[in-house]
Amino acid sequence: MYWTLFITFVRIGAFTIGGGYAMLPLIQREVVDRGWMSKEEFLDLFAVAQSLPGVFAVNISIFVGYKLKKLTGSVICALGTILPSFLIILAIALFFTQFRENEWVEKAFKGLRPAVVALIAVPVITTARSLRLRGWVLVIPVVVALSIWLLSLSPVYIIIVAAAGGLYYRMYLKRH
Amino acid sequence: MLSLIQDEVVDKHGWISTQEFTDIVAISQMTPGPIGINSATYIGYTAVQNAGYSTEISILGSVIATFAVCLPSFILVLIISYYFARFKNNKYVEAAFTGLRPATVGLIAAAALLLVNAENFIDAKSVLIFIGSFILTWKYKMHPILMIFIAGIAGIILYW
Repeated sequence: MYWTLFITFVRIGAFTIGGGYAMLPLIQREVVDRGWMSKEEFLDLFAVAQSLPGVFAVNISIFVGYKLKKLTGSVICALGTILPSFLIILAIALFFTQFRENEWVEKAFKGLRPAVVALIAVPVITTARSLRLRGWVLVIPVVVALSIWLLSLSPVYIIIVAAAGGLYYRMYLKRH
Repeated sequence: MLSLIQDEVVDKHGWISTQEFTDIVAISQMTPGPIGINSATYIGYTAVQNAGYSTEISILGSVIATFAVCLPSFILVLIISYYFARFKNNKYVEAAFTGLRPATVGLIAAAALLLVNAENFIDAKSVLIFIGSFILTWKYKMHPILMIFIAGIAGIILYW
């Protein structure tokens, strides 16, 4: 199981391109869809990982790793995530400094970049569906997304408010 | 994070030049893996190399830098995970997370929205690729890794 976990996260790490959030669709596919973790559990870890300092991708891999196999799991997943990029960067630093000017690489990336945006956008819809968000609960993600995007509101505040809101709603409003 | 790195590595310690830093960031964005890790690895190597050490020692530099940038994450996340596991069935914690989940969908949407910029969408072809990728991923549930390969090839073909 440890080996499978490691290989899975090496694959995830190797294809997380364009930023840490690109890990989301990969982890969903390789971890959640395999039933190692529920969608809700992963969503919760995502939220906490986002609000912590440090590299998001490392945070989330440690979270997922810990959830699956405690301390050993966290080290394995983090290692898997970091290893491919570490080796590739070293290879570039040592041998391929012209990597950046390579025509083929440039063209491939022009194709990759919009695709990564789509890969992150699709889970928005699928997750909203699986959480069965409908009616005016949908206002919440919309407001959150717009305030981060247009108003540059910090995700940490949003997380605190949302968590407090959830607390209030469940504990008090529902009673009356 | 990148501006923090620049302050420390270029301005404060002078380990690498501004030009080197710019190049490193550009490459870090183009390689797999989080930008923070990639730049740590690359800067670790370059800084030690600039100081005149051998290749082997420079590689050690990249290992140290990468390890260091991960360490705070490890400590923080492990502490939180431990308490998370202990308290996740607590009704207050559960309630808080129920409120959090719809907001998290918004967080992911924001992440996607923030990526809609001139760098990622340079022309109509980008929009085409976006739409194509969206449909393939959503309706046909294509695996992200396959999607990435196809998108890369599409880029090479479309921008020939």
